[in-house]
Amino acid sequence: MTNAFNKSNLLVAVVALLLLTMPLWINAVGGYTALGTRVVVLALAAMALNFLLGFTGVLSFGHAAYFGLGAYGAGMTIKYIAPSTPLAILIGIVVGTLAAAIIGALIVRLRGVYFAMVTIAFGQVFFFTAFRWNSMTGGDDGLTGWHRMPIDLGFTTLDIQGDDRLFYYFVLFCFAVATGLMALILRSPFGRTLVAIRENERRARFLGIPVDQHIWLSFVISCGFVSLAGTLYALLNNFADPRALRWDQSGEFVIMAVMGGMRSFWGPLIGAAIFVVLQDYVSSLTENWQSFVGVVFILVVLFFPRGVLGIVQRKASA
Amino acid sequence: MDGRLFHRALGRRTLLKVGLAAGAVQIASPFVLRARADDMVKIGFNTPLTGTYAAVGKNEQLGAEYAVAEINAKGGIDGRQVQLLVEDSTSGDVGTAVQKARKLIERDKVNFLLGNVNSAIALAMAQVSNELKTLHIVTGGHTDAITGKSCQWNVFRVCNTTAMEANSVASTLIETSGKKWYYITPDYSFGHTLQGGLEKAAGKLGGTKVGEDLTPLGTTDFSSYLIKAQSAAPDVVIFTQQGDDGVNIMKQAVQFGLDKQLHIAGAQMELEVLEGLPPEARVGTWVFEWYFNQPNVPHVAEFVAGIRKKTGKVPTARTWFGYAAAWTCALAAAKAKSLDAMKMAKALEDFELPPEIGLMPNPAAYRAGDHQLIPTLFVGNAQANGVSDPEDLFKITKTVKGPDVAASADANGCKLVWPA
Amino acid sequence: MQPHRRSVTQLILFNVFNGLIIGAFYALMALGLSLILNLSGVINFAHGGFLALGGYFAYSLMPFTGFWGALVLAPILTACIGILVERFLIRRLYGRDPLYSLLLTFGLAFILEDATRFIWGAQSVPFQVPAVLTQPLSTSFFFLTGYRLFMVALVIVAVSGLFLVLGRTRFGKRVRAGTLDLETLSTLGVNVQLLRTLNFGFGIYLAGLAGVLAAGMLGLQPTIGASLIMPSFVAIIVGGLGSLPGTLFGGLLIGLASGLTAVFFPSATEAIIYVIMGIVLLVFPRGLLGEEGRLQ
Repeated sequence: MTNAFNKSNLLVAVVALLLLTMPLWINAVGGYTALGTRVVVLALAAMALNFLLGFTGVLSFGHAAYFGLGAYGAGMTIKYIAPSTPLAILIGIVVGTLAAAIIGALIVRLRGVYFAMVTIAFGQVFFFTAFRWNSMTGGDDGLTGWHRMPIDLGFTTLDIQGDDRLFYYFVLFCFAVATGLMALILRSPFGRTLVAIRENERRARFLGIPVDQHIWLSFVISCGFVSLAGTLYALLNNFADPRALRWDQSGEFVIMAVMGGMRSFWGPLIGAAIFVVLQDYVSSLTENWQSFVGVVFILVVLFFPRGVLGIVQRKASA
Repeated sequence: MDGRLFHRALGRRTLLKVGLAAGAVQIASPFVLRARADDMVKIGFNTPLTGTYAAVGKNEQLGAEYAVAEINAKGGIDGRQVQLLVEDSTSGDVGTAVQKARKLIERDKVNFLLGNVNSAIALAMAQVSNELKTLHIVTGGHTDAITGKSCQWNVFRVCNTTAMEANSVASTLIETSGKKWYYITPDYSFGHTLQGGLEKAAGKLGGTKVGEDLTPLGTTDFSSYLIKAQSAAPDVVIFTQQGDDGVNIMKQAVQFGLDKQLHIAGAQMELEVLEGLPPEARVGTWVFEWYFNQPNVPHVAEFVAGIRKKTGKVPTARTWFGYAAAWTCALAAAKAKSLDAMKMAKALEDFELPPEIGLMPNPAAYRAGDHQLIPTLFVGNAQANGVSDPEDLFKITKTVKGPDVAASADANGCKLVWPA
Repeated sequence: MQPHRRSVTQLILFNVFNGLIIGAFYALMALGLSLILNLSGVINFAHGGFLALGGYFAYSLMPFTGFWGALVLAPILTACIGILVERFLIRRLYGRDPLYSLLLTFGLAFILEDATRFIWGAQSVPFQVPAVLTQPLSTSFFFLTGYRLFMVALVIVAVSGLFLVLGRTRFGKRVRAGTLDLETLSTLGVNVQLLRTLNFGFGIYLAGLAGVLAAGMLGLQPTIGASLIMPSFVAIIVGGLGSLPGTLFGGLLIGLASGLTAVFFPSATEAIIYVIMGIVLLVFPRGLLGEEGRLQ
């Protein structure tokens, strides 16, 4: 028991160390700071999805909708309301979470593939709206003409627009707060109930647990975090576009979670790192990177279904 | 049983270790692969190589590669050899495209950025190139905003604005086919502005709009729109779909026999689309931004021969975009005698492309007010089969001088802001 | 030949007909997908890739066999590839969470798209349908093109064939039984492995056939499958998992909806199928004709 606890702490420590020092070693391995920032943002999205998928056992293929809502919320705030980054993030999260709360209430009765498909349906409707409403959202051209604003803390100003590294640490800070919250929730009785629902929903219902309400809450929390990731994504790119709302973006989050390990908390982070770096790296080497990535998916599904961290865990318990 | 499990686990672990080792070698080796010689001048090309724009994106790349080979044969830029670094921007993933643009500029330290076919990606890249003060030549992104309300001091564009294309074809259509037009327009900003431009141009000549429909991007079945168009009894139906949508709508229009009942036309057509159609669907009046069959224009034949040798096919407008864009970089550096982005940008204002690069009957120059290249446009009709050449699927009926049809530099709202 | 004006009712009628024709095509694609899903519990995201393969095989065969020969051979070739895929990849996933088959076939779809681009190029290839099919019936019925009628006829033949096979042949009976309870079927001595392989092949055959039909109507390029896969899934969900008649109905419904939306709100024709799916699921959580199946 203590052995497993130490291993888990060790993992957290290693991850934290790597993330904190990323700008120092990323160039040496052929990467660049913005790549690392992208990994962290998408890792947050994947971990948010995994809150629902890995810990509650519910598959959503429509998380990109809330990711995109967060992105557009942030972008439109800076462009139309006020040039303030914290406000942009706040509004992005509120918009995404509110939408999730409403939609979640409608769909919580569904299960399995039906649930997954209906999440796609809503995602596509948002995609279509972002596309059509081009006076506000820029439509297919995307939301341009704005950028992340330096943050005025009173005693100092963080120039997150001009300084790549500073922005990375800002994103890392948000990531740390979000994952800390997520871990707290998962460790609470509520979180444990979610795992129970994942393991055996019927039994949980027999135990008198209001399963639908728990799933709804889990959905809302998960989408809340994913919309935070969306706001950070928009700030990273200084751009918001409709494709961020489409189901193939959702699919990528699912893949990251599975590749890294659905059953572990940090799995999606590893999955996101592998996916982003793989795609970025291989696509520079060859036009046929799609085949390469496809082969990797297939290998993961066939031989490493528990993801990368699943292998590590198995070794630990062996 | 235990033995078998053990054996399997060993197999998997070994696979993983080998995989990780191979991966580590790969990650360590970019130095070897890229030969990042710092004495080379680098042009970064961020273009779609996968997805729906792969065909045209690839053609732009081929044009640029050909140009770089020519540049190097002539001594390179400032005596240094030029290297073209190509990244796949994907056809629609703006996040990845922005990432690649940053990668090219920040990690690979390119001196120039080229791209993109997709307008959204081109705009997003322009923001990055502007932030990082790199000269950026947009090859094939057509949305007006690029040299309009989103123009930047470091961004220049080779392909036409929608106003130029619309104005080129309007008079031909009014004269040959009639005044009542029906518009079937792809529902994104390029489509909207092109339709707007056509309505205005036709209006000046007495043309009227008898109906319109917006089609979502990626529509596979256009039958409803075609039915409506036919029912409105226009003289001309205007298709402004591009790429795969263009192929789909043409195929279906001809299957409905629409071409026999009214005149099909549009303001932008590409050879890639005509080649993807069965011969009976190659109909209509269109605008080409560049065409390979220009028998009376010097230097074109050599260019066509060279590209044919390299790729087996004739150059398309996209090939020429990439070619002209890459050469623009070399010429800008030569004129400014410097690789500083601001100096080169100033040097490019009102810069005229030499005839062996322009490859058109009239000179083409980058306008100072909005950094838009003002080339020649080619109006003509598609033909089912080439007479002299199997790929000659377009018969030019009229060449239009860019300056005659271009709106003024500030018409699209461009206000260039130079850094202090 | 001057076109003449038509009233709104006529327009609606035309679009209803066309919508049903397109719906029939969606149904064909979706039925293959549904077949595989019902028996093996596999969500085949690569179905669009096989559709593309079918079209491309037909394109390559045409110079040798003509259109009709290609129509017969290309789906068979595609089914062979499908059987190979089942044998070496899909088979390992039986019994596991459908999420895994979804992800594996997602990866497979990437590979298929890249392979078709690598072999046939990124540019659309000119696929030529025999001239006899490409004429409209008459000027007043111009919207009924020969090709679309041919498509409907073929879909009717294929779907009838499918239901005949399922209803009358031993193979079909076993598939239907297997959809309900595969374990018992196995204990009764049926070679379940072979059954699943043949069923998968059959489903892919339908995808290949849909591909040949699609190539006649759409541009044949590597992304053709990706643009058609979502309507298939929507058709299955709307009709209800586990029900083939449901899938057929679902396909027709979304085709019809798309056609009608084009009359009144054209830019929503792509989005309407998702709106319908959303509404149907909110009222009928198991789809319109959904039955208890292995995925519940």
